[in-house]
Formats: sequence, structure tokens, C-alpha cells
Amino acid sequence: MSSTGTGIQPPPRVIQAARSPVMASAFAGRKKVLPIFELALLIAASIAPLVLRDYITVYATRVLILCLFALSFDLVWGYAGILSLGQSLFFGMAGYGVALLSRDFGLGSIFAVLPAGALIGFVAALLLAGFLLLGRHPSSVVFVSLGTMTGAYAADRLARGSHYLGGQNGIPSIQPMTIGSHELSEGPGFYYLVLAILVLIYLLSRFLLRSQFGLALAGLRENEQRIAFFGYKVQHLKAIIFAISGAIAGTSGSLYAFHEGFVWPNMLGVVMSTQVVLYVLFGGSGTLIGAVVGTAIVEGLSFWLSDNYRDIWPIILGVLLLLVILFRPLGLISLVLGERERVGRFGPSLKEKRNAAP
Amino acid sequence: MPLLEAAGVSKVFGKLTALDGAALTVGDREFHGLIGPNGSGKSTLMKCLAGALVPTRGKVTFINTDVTSLTPPERARAGMSLKFQITAVLPTLTLYDNILLALQARSSLLDLAFSRTRGRLHEEVMTMLFQFRLADRAFDAAATLSHGQQQWLEIAMALACRPRLLLLDEPTGGMSLEERRVTGELLQPIKQHCSLVIVEHDLDFIRDICDRLTVLDQGKVLASGTVAEIQANRSVQEIYLRRA
Repeated sequence: MSSTGTGIQPPPRVIQAARSPVMASAFAGRKKVLPIFELALLIAASIAPLVLRDYITVYATRVLILCLFALSFDLVWGYAGILSLGQSLFFGMAGYGVALLSRDFGLGSIFAVLPAGALIGFVAALLLAGFLLLGRHPSSVVFVSLGTMTGAYAADRLARGSHYLGGQNGIPSIQPMTIGSHELSEGPGFYYLVLAILVLIYLLSRFLLRSQFGLALAGLRENEQRIAFFGYKVQHLKAIIFAISGAIAGTSGSLYAFHEGFVWPNMLGVVMSTQVVLYVLFGGSGTLIGAVVGTAIVEGLSFWLSDNYRDIWPIILGVLLLLVILFRPLGLISLVLGERERVGRFGPSLKEKRNAAP
Repeated sequence: MPLLEAAGVSKVFGKLTALDGAALTVGDREFHGLIGPNGSGKSTLMKCLAGALVPTRGKVTFINTDVTSLTPPERARAGMSLKFQITAVLPTLTLYDNILLALQARSSLLDLAFSRTRGRLHEEVMTMLFQFRLADRAFDAAATLSHGQQQWLEIAMALACRPRLLLLDEPTGGMSLEERRVTGELLQPIKQHCSLVIVEHDLDFIRDICDRLTVLDQGKVLASGTVAEIQANRSVQEIYLRRA
């Protein structure tokens, strides 16, 4: 049915015009740089282990795992406007969860531990969302950020105090993750596994964010109250995206646990949560690629600075972060992407428009 | 049976009684104007109708259902739509996406995730934009529109939800004379399927488009009736004279 209501219908040429390729290209805007940029990064990441020394590949694997973690924060903050300062809670809980599976049940198969990690993150996020997001009235940003932060802080303290979880030392020497009979230890193999998972989750996230669901999220981020008056159940939308992001953080936490071979309370705590905020702000929140680039640059810089400026490197890094936030509040990625490409368009693809034609 | 009936609606903020037992009845496809001096409780009553505020006392009935304590999304799904006093278009999104956002509000989450209703809604989005004379700007960011055009976009968004009742809080605020005239023209055709409650300072505008008027003063209903009745009403004339 097409009852937009009133008796006035546009002359067919208006709808036709919007379908015509000429106008389509007009509103497609200027040349797209994002796909080229993404492809270039992917190629660089694919050949990196071939040219890098092994210990750098190991470091790069850790960075890719953190990129995944950053994506999870970007989804909630950059796309849905939920300031979660407790993202490490899902990361760390999944890490501890799979470490326990490995220690107590001897489970190390990738097909068991990665889904388990994702599930732990998903459920934990859903439960927390139940407390923080699902009230009758939309909760304020301050309430949600303090609530999530408190969650992370509490989990950190609890883990430190728990004998079962290994106290301050955490759970050491986790068995390597296995694929069939093959043991996966750090190095190029692990690197490519993480890269594949990162690309997969990146693409899935991009699919979701460019869908009509992504449009609803954009509305949520820009004016939550307004879209409630359209009939959106904003709290449900928030809980869903929060839980999805929890699952991604959980996946990344379980990869981290197996890559490092141990878990410790810092993984759950506030330092880890704030670190991920910095990655995303630095790179540019609200773009998936910004989260990835931000993580890679911050981690890359720390690696290089700590090698060359042993004593003052955190100060240099801090100043750089401040400069970016002062002069590029939209993150480094805004040097590459224009506003339209950053926000995106959600209107139908040309194919769908053709299908809609009578 | 009226479409909307508010009875004995009061709203108290601390010591301030913004609304004191206000009543309002709106029939099917009726354009109803809500007028009164500043601070008379017009916007508060609108918010109580739309669900942005829960009345301290009183009852709001919409299509034979008590909606007094329903949340805004629930009311929207029941067929009520609100245009805010302050324009709240989503500035970074294109006009097209603004309308689509409103139109797709009732699609299921699964349909949204797989963009299943996008193709089907295309025609409706373009129709809406055309109707509100915004079709040629469809793919510009909403922030680039003039103030008047943003108001139209908002009305279009409010209408895109296919409401039975549209609540408009000062739709012509900040508009030029010409823009006001066009706004009146744009609103006329919706009468075929939709009732309207409109808060407006511009009395000429409201006289031209409304069937009935309700006058509020200090949180109470001073008078309610047809435009002619209200114009002839002595006490209404007094408060407007007093204000002038």
C-alpha cells in the first residue's frame, strides 16, 4: 500500500527522476575514497607477516585483536550513542571464561571457545543492558557510562579477590587454541586467523550499519527522543546493539586470552575500557575504519615510542592524543573521509529502486 | 465518538500548576486549534497528549482506548504523531533518510536488519518529499535547509508515520508570511485521513485552517467552540486585549 495519505500524488516523473542514473550519480556525491582505503589497508595487513620480523608479527596480532575490541566500542558509542565505559567487562569476562574452559575442562578447540567467548560477552552485555538501558524512561548518558564503568571496576576487584580466578595473578599458562589436531601458537598462523575474523566481523558490522537498522541507529544517536515519537522502541534498539557489541568484545577477549596464554584482572578493569575509548576517539568514532586505524596507530606509536623514548613516551603519546582531539575532533579518519561518506546514506540501492518500479 | 478526548487533565510541576483540569475533544478529521497567551499551558497539554509528560491527574482517551500512561512509542504505534516545537530533524542525514526513518518505524527489526522494506518505501518517501516541495533537495543533508523548510520536513516526518491524529506545536514559528501561507496549503489535504491539534500564536493562520478552537488561560479551558463562536466570545477577547 502506498497511502502516504493525501490525495496529492507526485507526477510520475518525480519518482522516475529519482531513479534515473543521472540523478543517482548526482546524489551519490563525490568520489568514494572509503572502499579504496579499506582495500589498501587489507592488502597491507595481508602482506605484513611476510615482511615483518616474527616478534613484530606477534605484536601485530595483539593489535588486530584490540582492533576487534575497538570495533565493539565503536558500535555502541559511535553508532548508537551509548557511552559504555565498561567495554572491558565483556572482553575480560570472555577471556576469563575461556581460560576456565581450558583449565578446568581442557577445552581448547576454536569451534568451542570462540562461540563460548562471544556468548559470554553477549549474555553479560544483555544482562547489564537490562539494568542500565531498559527502564521505562531512556537513561541518561552519565548514568549509562558510570554504570558500565562501575561494572568493570567491580569485576576487576572481584577477580583480584577470587582464589578460584587466581587473584592478582590471574590464570596463567592457558593451553594453546586448537583447530582439529593443529595447535595454534603465536606467529603468522594466529595472525591470519585473527585477520580473517576481524575482516568477517567488520563486514558483518558494515552490512548491519548500512541497513535500515543502521538508519534507526543513526536516529538513535542523533535524537533519541525524536525517534521514540515515531514509534521506535529505543530501549530495545539500544539493548540489541549493546549485546551485539558485547559479543564482539567477547570474541576479541577470548582471542586475546589464547594469544597471550594467560588472563589477569587488568583485562576486566577500567584501564582497559578507557584504552579502547582512546583508540576510537583517536581514529574517529562513527566509522568502522576509524576504530581500526585508531587502534593500529595508537598501539604502533606506543610500540615505537616506548622503544625510542623509554622514559617520556607516555607523555608524548598523551600530547599527541590531545592534539588530535583538539584539532580533529572527528578523529584522524576525517583527514581522509568527507562528512557525507562518514555519516553515510541509507536510501535504497539502485537495484532496489529498479525493483520498486511498477 | 470523538477520536481524542482529554478530561480533567492537570499537570503540576512542584509548586507550579501548569494545567488545571483542562479538557479537549477532537473529532475524526477535525482541525482543532489550541490558543492562549504565553504560559497558559498549551505546550504542556500537547505534551500530555503525546506522552512526553504524564499528567498528574486526568485521563486521555484515543480511539476508545485509555492512553494516559502509554509511552510515546506506544502512542505512536496507536496512531498519534507529534511535531516538536523546536525543530528536531536529524541534521546530518539526508532529507530522504529523515523521511525513511519515520516511515520504517513500524517495520520489524529483522526487516530493518536486512533492509527488506527499503525498496517498497521508496515511492512513499519521494511522494512525501514532493508533497512538501522538498523533492529536489532529497539527497542534501537536512542541516542545509532553511528554517521554514526544516519545519516542513518535520511535518512530513510526522505525517510519514501515517497517524490518525497529528499534534503540531507551533508549526509556523519563525516562518515568513509566504512560508506560512504555503504551510496552510500543505496542511489542507491531510484532512482526508487525519485529525489535527495545532498550537499556534498566529491567530490568522489558525482561523484559516481550523474547524474548532480551544482557548487556554492559566492552565484552564476558557472557551471551546467553532471559530466563529470563539471570535464572538467576550472573555476570549478580554484576555487577548489584556495581552495587547
